[in-house]
Amino acid sequence: MTEFTPWLSLLGGCLIGVSTVLLMAFHGRIAGMTGIVSGLLPPISNDWAWRAAFLIGAIASPALIFVTTGYTVPFESPTPTTWLVVGGLIVGVGVHFGSGCTSGHGVCGMARLSRRSIVATLVFMGTTAATVFVVRHVLGGF
Amino acid sequence: MNRVVSALVIGLLFGVGIALSGMANPAKVLNFFDFAGTWDPSLAFVMGGALLVTTIGYAFVLKRPAPIFDDQFHLPRKRDLDLPLIAGSAVFGIGWGISGYCPGGAIPALGLGKADAWLFVGSMIAGIALARFAQQTFAARTVPQTS
Repeated sequence: MTEFTPWLSLLGGCLIGVSTVLLMAFHGRIAGMTGIVSGLLPPISNDWAWRAAFLIGAIASPALIFVTTGYTVPFESPTPTTWLVVGGLIVGVGVHFGSGCTSGHGVCGMARLSRRSIVATLVFMGTTAATVFVVRHVLGGF
Repeated sequence: MNRVVSALVIGLLFGVGIALSGMANPAKVLNFFDFAGTWDPSLAFVMGGALLVTTIGYAFVLKRPAPIFDDQFHLPRKRDLDLPLIAGSAVFGIGWGISGYCPGGAIPALGLGKADAWLFVGSMIAGIALARFAQQTFAARTVPQTS
């Protein structure tokens, strides 16, 4: 069980939105984590600096929250190690061919009413829900 | 320099949003999708908040001739619904459903210093590299030879 946190989640979502709008306003870029990370893999794109800075900022965020407010970001990873590696590989392959993930398609693309992003989001939300159902209620797993 | 500092601050803001929202917590993400079990609808509020702010914000920003640090907006040009988009997205969802991590949630989770998050991100990057390599190899083979 995890606690239902509508206000905190809404606040977090709005901050994601503000960050997404600022990245477009200042850098002209889609705040899609897949694209940002991919540009740092060889052959490294020549605009690597802003990508690296964005990632460093994102990684530093839980520490900033803890130092300023004393709030420890909740984290629980129920998937066993082997399946975590399998899941990671599958996510990597999927987001590469699908040209994006929850941030790129689900937020940036949907906000622009991109047909590709709307379809991509519906498809991955559907297969995620189906996978969770199979893992938890058919296979009796994590 | 301004560019890098601005990207750092925007990345920090993105991470704070992800971390507070619960997207960096795989158990919460999995529960959002578990309608038949321990359903936690919180993440609908993340998507709602993010979409509301981005839709309004983009409408203003994209009317401007160019962003502040660049001479153009870099927007995806593809329009067609092709097989890689649909199959790739379907595959991504399977991995998300197994692990509970999406790329945007996993990167800020690295900052929590938990081995599981690092293991996931390492595997995900290997998956992206593998897919890219496969695509390039396949493309090199199917490009018609012109002489």
